[in-house]
Amino acid sequence: MATEPATLAFRGAAPEAVTAQRSAELAVNGLSKRYKGEPEPVLSDISFRVEPGERVALLGANGSGKSTLLRCCLRLVEPTAGQVQLFGSDVLGLPRGGLRSLRARTGFVFQRHNLVGRLSVLSNVVHGGLGRARHPGAWFQATAGRQCRDEAMHCLEEVGLAEHAARRADRLSGGQSQRVAIARTLMQRPQMVFADEPAASLDPAAGEEVMELFSQLICCRGMTLVFSSHDLDHARRHADRVIALRAGEVVFDRPVAAVDFSGLDALYQREAG
Amino acid sequence: MAYRSATSALPPRLPRTGVLSFLAYLMAAAIILWSLGNSELSLAKLARGVPEIGRLVGEMFPPALDRMPSIGTTLLQTFQMAVAGTFLGVVLSLPLAVLSARNTSPHWSVQVATRGIVTACRTVPDLIWAIIFVITVGLGPFAGVLALMVDTTGFCARFFAEAMEETDEGPPEALRSLGATPTATVVSAVFPATLPSMIATSLFAFEKATRSSVVLGLVGAGGIGVELMAAMDMYDYRNVSTIILCVFVMVLAVEHLSSALRQRIL
Repeated sequence: MATEPATLAFRGAAPEAVTAQRSAELAVNGLSKRYKGEPEPVLSDISFRVEPGERVALLGANGSGKSTLLRCCLRLVEPTAGQVQLFGSDVLGLPRGGLRSLRARTGFVFQRHNLVGRLSVLSNVVHGGLGRARHPGAWFQATAGRQCRDEAMHCLEEVGLAEHAARRADRLSGGQSQRVAIARTLMQRPQMVFADEPAASLDPAAGEEVMELFSQLICCRGMTLVFSSHDLDHARRHADRVIALRAGEVVFDRPVAAVDFSGLDALYQREAG
Repeated sequence: MAYRSATSALPPRLPRTGVLSFLAYLMAAAIILWSLGNSELSLAKLARGVPEIGRLVGEMFPPALDRMPSIGTTLLQTFQMAVAGTFLGVVLSLPLAVLSARNTSPHWSVQVATRGIVTACRTVPDLIWAIIFVITVGLGPFAGVLALMVDTTGFCARFFAEAMEETDEGPPEALRSLGATPTATVVSAVFPATLPSMIATSLFAFEKATRSSVVLGLVGAGGIGVELMAAMDMYDYRNVSTIILCVFVMVLAVEHLSSALRQRIL
C-alpha cells in the first residue's frame, strides 16, 4: 500500500492535461493534397478551426478526403500546400523531433485499429507512452517500469478489458481490438484525439458500443476530438460540429444543431462518370 | 436451376503475350539451349564412369572406425563453427536489414549503400570468403566462423529486409502517430511482425552454414573438412566414408531440428 500514492499521482497526470488543454486548438488553412501520379487533388483548399474541447465530425463519401485530411493534420501524409497549426505550432514547419513531441500530445485512432498483433494487449497499451518515454522501457510491457505498466492496466480497465491484458492482440474480436486501440490512445494522455472512422470496421452493435465508450472517455477527460464517419447518427450524437466533405472540398461547416441530416444524401451520391 | 449463358464477354483464359514478352521467352529458351550445348554433356562418358563409381564405393566400405575420436572432435568443431557463424551473422543482419529495407531505412542513400554491402556479402561464395579470412587471420576455425558470418549476413539481411518491407504498414503508422522514435517503431512494431519469418530464415541459414562449414576445412578454415582433405590426399577412402556418413548424420539432424522448430514457431 506504500506505493499507492505514487501510483495515483502517476495516474493523476490527467490534471496536467486538463491545464494544458486550454491551449489545444487546430487551425487548418488552405490545405491541399495531390498524390503522385493522380490527376485530381484529394484535398483542395481546406480551411477550418477546432476550438479546445470541441468535438468535430467529418462526413463524406469514400474518397472524399476525410482520412487524408486527418493524416495531414499530423503529417502522417505530407500536404502539398497550406498550413496546419496544432496547439499554436506550425506542424508543416516542425523538425522531426518537434513533430514527434507534438504527435505525443495528439491521439490517433485508426479504422483498422493498427495494433501489433503478435504482442500482448498490455504491450500494445504500453506503446501509448512511447511518445513521452524516449527510453527502451516502453518498447514492450516486459521492459516497462512498474508505473508505466500500472497506468496501462488502468487504461485497459477504463475500456473494460483488464482481464485480457496478457492475451495476444490478434486473438481479440474487432470490437475488443478497437477498445485496446482506444486504451493505447488514453495511455498517451493526449489533449486532442483524431479518429478515422473508428467504428467502420465493426458490426453495428460493436460499433455503437465502441463509439459510446470513446465519446464518454473523450468527454470525461475534456479532450478535443476530430473524427470521421459515415454514420450520420454518430455525428448527430457525438459531435458539436459537422464538416462535410465532397471530392476534397468543404461543402459545409456548421454546428450539429444546424445540420439537416435528412438532406445529406447528396453528400454520398456518386459523381457522374 | 437451368444453365444460363452470360451476356458479357468472357476474359481470355491466358493473358495475351506482347511482342516484347514473346521475344523474352524466345531469348530465355535460346540461353538454356546454348548453355546445355556448351556443357560437354555426354551419355557415353557417364556410362564409362559408372564402373569407376562402383570401384570407389567398394573401396569406401566398410567405413573405418580407428579415427573416430579425432573425427568426433572435428565434427563438434564444425557444428560449433556453424552455430557461432550463424549467430554472429544473424546479429549483424538485423541492423543491415533495417537500414536496407525501403520502409525502415532513414534515407535512400543509406538504403543503397547497405544494399550494396549485403549484395557483396551474398554474391561472393563462402569458399572465397574462407580463403580471404585464412589469408588475413590464419588457418583454423576463426577464419571459418568469419566466412560463415559474412555469408549468413548476406543471406539473412536480404530476407529480413524483404520480410520488413512486406509487413502491414498500419502498426508502424500508429506508433509514428503517437510520437514514437524510428528505432522504437522498428523494435516495437516491425520486429514483432517479422519475427516468425526472421526465425525461419535464421534456421535456414543455420542449415546452410552447417553444410558450408564442412567444405570450408578444404581451404584450411577449420572443422571436419581438414580431416576429409587429409583422408582423401592419403587415398584413405574407408575414413572418407566414415567422415561423409558422420557429416550426413549431423546435417540430417540439424535439418530435422530446424524443420521441427520452424513448424512450432510458424
